[in-house]
Amino acid sequence: MGAILIPVAVVAGLALLFGIGLSIASMVFHVQRDPRVDQVRGVLPGANCGACGFSGCDGYAEAIMAEGTSIDLCPVGGNTVLAQLSVLMGVEPETREGSQARVLCQGNWHTVDMKYRYEGIQDCVSAANLLGGMSACIFGCLGMGSCRRACKFDAISVEDGLARILPSKCTGCGLCVAECPKGIIRMLPVKTAHAVLCSNHERGAISRNNCRTSCIACGLCVKNCPVDAITMDRHLAVIDPHVCTDCGKCAEVCPQHTIRPIRTDVAEWLQRNA
Amino acid sequence: MKELLTILVGALFIENFVLSKFLGICPFLGVSKKRETALGMSGAVVFVMALAGAATWMVNAWLLVPLHLEYLQTLAFILLIAALVQFVETVLKKVAPPLYRSLGIYLPLITTNCAVLGSALIHVERGYTLLQAVVYGFAAGLGFTMALVLFSGIREKLETCDIPESFKGMPISLIAAALVSVAFFGFAGLVLPG
Repeated sequence: MGAILIPVAVVAGLALLFGIGLSIASMVFHVQRDPRVDQVRGVLPGANCGACGFSGCDGYAEAIMAEGTSIDLCPVGGNTVLAQLSVLMGVEPETREGSQARVLCQGNWHTVDMKYRYEGIQDCVSAANLLGGMSACIFGCLGMGSCRRACKFDAISVEDGLARILPSKCTGCGLCVAECPKGIIRMLPVKTAHAVLCSNHERGAISRNNCRTSCIACGLCVKNCPVDAITMDRHLAVIDPHVCTDCGKCAEVCPQHTIRPIRTDVAEWLQRNA
Repeated sequence: MKELLTILVGALFIENFVLSKFLGICPFLGVSKKRETALGMSGAVVFVMALAGAATWMVNAWLLVPLHLEYLQTLAFILLIAALVQFVETVLKKVAPPLYRSLGIYLPLITTNCAVLGSALIHVERGYTLLQAVVYGFAAGLGFTMALVLFSGIREKLETCDIPESFKGMPISLIAAALVSVAFFGFAGLVLPG
């Protein structure tokens, strides 16, 4: 019996001793902590995505209190969190135009040809290393879902080899933008209603050969835009979101349906984040 | 005195914890990107290793050996080191907040650092006295510091190098670590008196 009981007693005794010692130490060396840090932390979303540039929500809360870091660094919380933080910190509340991630590509299995069949690691970066990916369009979405795995808010799905971002769930943290090896995910202002859903800079003849929804640089949108918000950048139409009035003329005339209305729920989003 | 010096030089060069014994590789690779963080981590390790040397020696010599419970060393030492690190953290927070902040996350990380446990088990195995155990822990920590600071210098230089795409990041760091380790094996031929 002693052979078992003595070791158990020794380890338990040591643990008890250390436990008591630590609790006494924590009482003796108690440090007053700024209660506002916990309040700030409570307001933050708690996703720990790191989009603010700190290690997580805890790190950001402490940085706000200790170093006076700006309170508008959390893209996830949007204006709701910003308003609550300004109340806590006693500063004038302000609003800020949010942005959301968009996949600027429409090429899925049905509209884009394949250069080869890819059976490697199911990851966009690995696929992109082999001749720029299996998609015939060297600029387009590979559909392996690297962005979906990067997203902490479950806002991205991959359908038929094309990543889609759900506007209702996207918080604008930008994690997917950094992940995409093709660089086709961009941050656009939330109010953007029409976008060029293509990233292909090849000449029209080549890009149309590979994909049935690519921009062919015909220039119809440029000619029809009433406010001259569209320019041609290396065979690709680009809409300047600051000039665009969301009239939708470009989407009407685009023969490839590359320019499309991308959101109908702007009013709802703005209301949610008011 | 000569003995202590032998222990010091031995732990620093001949059996460097990181580069010859391959203990504490995780912080070695994890926090060696910048020299400042490397120094922060090293400071904490030296401190905890020297303290742990004393504490583990006492627990071993006064509790485990008299009761013939040497087989509990690993368990007891892990418990002791974890409690010790926690205690040091609590005290530092109160007594020296600047030091606590500069050590930051590295202090709790040491709880599970195998180099600390390794130094405790080795000094017991070699039957060191209390003073020798403390010096050994201190020297092992210094060896860790040297490896980390050397390697952080190399990594800072690597930042500006034109590295082939497939070697960027961790691969080139591992290759560099291997080369530093091979270089340190040159000290293995050093024969110390005593």
